[in-house]
Amino acid sequence: MAAIIRMENIIKTFPGVLANDKVSLEVEKGEIHCLLGENGAGKSTLMNILYGLTSCDSGEIYIKDQLVEFSGPRDAIASGIGMVHQHFMLIPVFTVMENLILGNEPVKGLKIDKIKSEKILADISGKYGMEMNLHAYVKDISVGMQQRVEILKLLYRGADIMIFDEPTAILTPQEILELYKVMESLRQRGKTIIFITHKLKEVMEISDRVTVLRDGRVINKIKTESTNTRELAKMMVGREVLFSTRRPEKRAGAEVLRVEDLYAKDKRGQKGLKGLCLNVKAGEIVGIAGVDGNGQSELVEVLTGLRRTDSGSIKIEDREMAHRNAGRFLAAGTAHIPDDRLLRGLILDFPLYENMLLGFQDQKPFTKGIFIDFNKVRQWSKGLVEAFDVRVPNVNVQAGSLSGGNQQKAVLAREFARDPKLLIASQPTRGLDVGAIEFVHERIMQARQNGKAVLLVSLDLSEIMNLSDRILVIYEGKIIAEFMADEAADTEIGFMMAGGGKK
Amino acid sequence: MELLFKLFSMAVFASTLRIATPLILASLGGCMSERSGVINIGLEGMMLMGAFTAVVGSFYLGPWPGLILGILAGGMMGLLHAFMSVTLGANQVISSTAINIMAVGLPNILIPVIWPGHYGISPTVGVIKDINIPFISSIPVIGKVLGHQNPIVYVALILVPVISYLLFKTRIGLRIRSVGEHPRAADTLGINVYKMRYIAVTMSGLLAGLGGAFLSICYQSQFSSVMTAGRGFIGLAAMIFGRWTPKGAMLACLLFGFADAFQAGAQSAGVPIPPEILLAFPYVLTLVALVGLLGKTAVSPAANGKPYLKG
Ligand SMILES: Nc1ncnc2c1ncn2[C@@H]1O[C@H](COP(=O)(O)OP(=O)(O)OP(=O)(O)O)[C@@H](O)[C@H]1O
Ligand SMILES: [Mg+2]
Repeated sequence: MAAIIRMENIIKTFPGVLANDKVSLEVEKGEIHCLLGENGAGKSTLMNILYGLTSCDSGEIYIKDQLVEFSGPRDAIASGIGMVHQHFMLIPVFTVMENLILGNEPVKGLKIDKIKSEKILADISGKYGMEMNLHAYVKDISVGMQQRVEILKLLYRGADIMIFDEPTAILTPQEILELYKVMESLRQRGKTIIFITHKLKEVMEISDRVTVLRDGRVINKIKTESTNTRELAKMMVGREVLFSTRRPEKRAGAEVLRVEDLYAKDKRGQKGLKGLCLNVKAGEIVGIAGVDGNGQSELVEVLTGLRRTDSGSIKIEDREMAHRNAGRFLAAGTAHIPDDRLLRGLILDFPLYENMLLGFQDQKPFTKGIFIDFNKVRQWSKGLVEAFDVRVPNVNVQAGSLSGGNQQKAVLAREFARDPKLLIASQPTRGLDVGAIEFVHERIMQARQNGKAVLLVSLDLSEIMNLSDRILVIYEGKIIAEFMADEAADTEIGFMMAGGGKK
Repeated sequence: MELLFKLFSMAVFASTLRIATPLILASLGGCMSERSGVINIGLEGMMLMGAFTAVVGSFYLGPWPGLILGILAGGMMGLLHAFMSVTLGANQVISSTAINIMAVGLPNILIPVIWPGHYGISPTVGVIKDINIPFISSIPVIGKVLGHQNPIVYVALILVPVISYLLFKTRIGLRIRSVGEHPRAADTLGINVYKMRYIAVTMSGLLAGLGGAFLSICYQSQFSSVMTAGRGFIGLAAMIFGRWTPKGAMLACLLFGFADAFQAGAQSAGVPIPPEILLAFPYVLTLVALVGLLGKTAVSPAANGKPYLKG
């Protein structure tokens, strides 16, 4: 079968980084082709080149055996290529429909033809089983729905080659299943899909073939059926990866965090937390399991001073913290790994070293009178970046130019550097490759060994089960069940997560 | 009683419209530019250049050609702002401040060259005269306010729904707003961010130029280098007050215009309040409106003020 896409000897350098080093990629028509590789391996860059967003230094691209040269996405779209970006490209204050038609608006006279747009879009979304409310504002819909909007955008433009850059990193398990269905139905209709993911299970489940990148180079091309996750992991990071973390015996110490009868509103002003209670002891990892949207983000925000408490008490080492601001929480010894690194973790326009300083800006040894000693900050950042294997040429680069996974590692490095008493980690491994996940899990375990209290919130049940000493199930703003690590079965937890215990 | 009657007379409302006209035009210019993500505090200077060029045009060619030239001069200033801030990626506040400075300096240099012996103030020139619209002026009450006005007043009032339609109903409007909210997203859809911003900022200049021409060859009949007196900035404040929508901005301009007309009426009616306080009234009202009513609800376009650099 002929290749629908052939990229040959693509080279791309950024200042100080060789992001793609003679990369060649072949994708056949009608297949789901996985692009696999470590954080910063150059996957997004390669796809941005294919989509005309970034220009390459040298190399050739053939689409349907035609040599093409894209000067911008418009050309790529015209060749039938569409891309769902790692960080969504949606306009929050526009409606779903406006986002979909933008750039390709049906008009009647001077006016945008809403009726016609609606009809076309309803047809497409019906055909692929992706019905949605076209008049809702994008800022009001769930992440899963936003992703549908992105996919519909491609279909509306008639794309038959679709690039999905880490589409599952931000989805809940249910949403991932939905996405699989959509991808399957796309393939049945003859669409070609390039799929980037770090989850090897997904690679095995959905793809036909895999291309593995490391350090900007192609390491291997292989048929999915002739490989397994262990082998893939090894190709990706160049060494064996353990998929579970060793959890040594450890006696929990004194109570560090105690939350009682906590009430708070969610971002829409509805009740988000309804009388939640929990505690975390020193040297203990407590995992919060639950389906997305049951109060996890509100809980994390309240426990870091980012959301107002309506009532209830939060005690950190017997100090009442409810109604305190984020600075007080930091001072009380909390570190926070936020689930949205772009919104809460980093200031993208700032250089990396300034980002590393956040939260330390008023502390010794970085202050010098009323000034900040930036040389010290740079030096210190360099150390953190090395320790956490954040792949950057130097610490002066803008945080926004880091690859998604490297941004996450930068946040982790800073938060672990606080040497906190209480670590609140929300989706700490989102967007990380298997090697990096292993590393982060080890760090979290190490924090526990050193007597830190860890509250781990994750939508990934296997992550929770792998790390936690105790697992709490959150449902509709309350903890409804508690399991000890060794007595927990994932089916039972899954049942509780669906609210099973309530009825 | 009689005093009150005088203060709320139809004449006050008619003059409200006249005062509000240049403000409305400036605020429309602000909406265009900032919806595309380019801050334009250069409206003041663009108006001033429009006012000056209109007077020069009227002096040599007559008021109507003067009007056209005034509009074009504003447009040129818009183009310059676009070049500095969009193509060169300069800080938009600095780029538009440069325009304000230039617009004060240039006429001062040119006036004595064009009209020897004149400094800072031009001689009087021909103006565009008010017109009477019989069909409207025969309507009671409204006729007194709207029936007999300058043509540009009508143009400004018509432009409000026109710009609103352009921004919110048409294809180009959607694209302009998209580059003001999330230029990269727009770029991924094949929209030319630079082109959209050029169009929007140039239109912003054309509108401000019209506002300036109205001041110098309709409202008055000569140019002076201080004649805009902050109207560009008030237009900008009105735009914020109106949450970057033409209709909202117009309401804010009318409010200010009314306050100004009211204080002028009060002065001439001999209300026993010191004129300094009366003069300050419209500005205080604007401040109170801005601070009090606006609060935290004003949401500017997300990418407003951010130069777009392609990756
Ligand atoms: N605009 C840019 N400026 C400078 N460096 C960049 C830029 N974009 C990417 N890079 C660098 O190029 C390398 C490859 O990045 P890329 O985003 O392609 O990685 P990736 O494989 O998608 O990783 P991840 O899985 O973490 O998303 C990284 O080292 C990154 O820091
Ligand atoms: Mg990436």
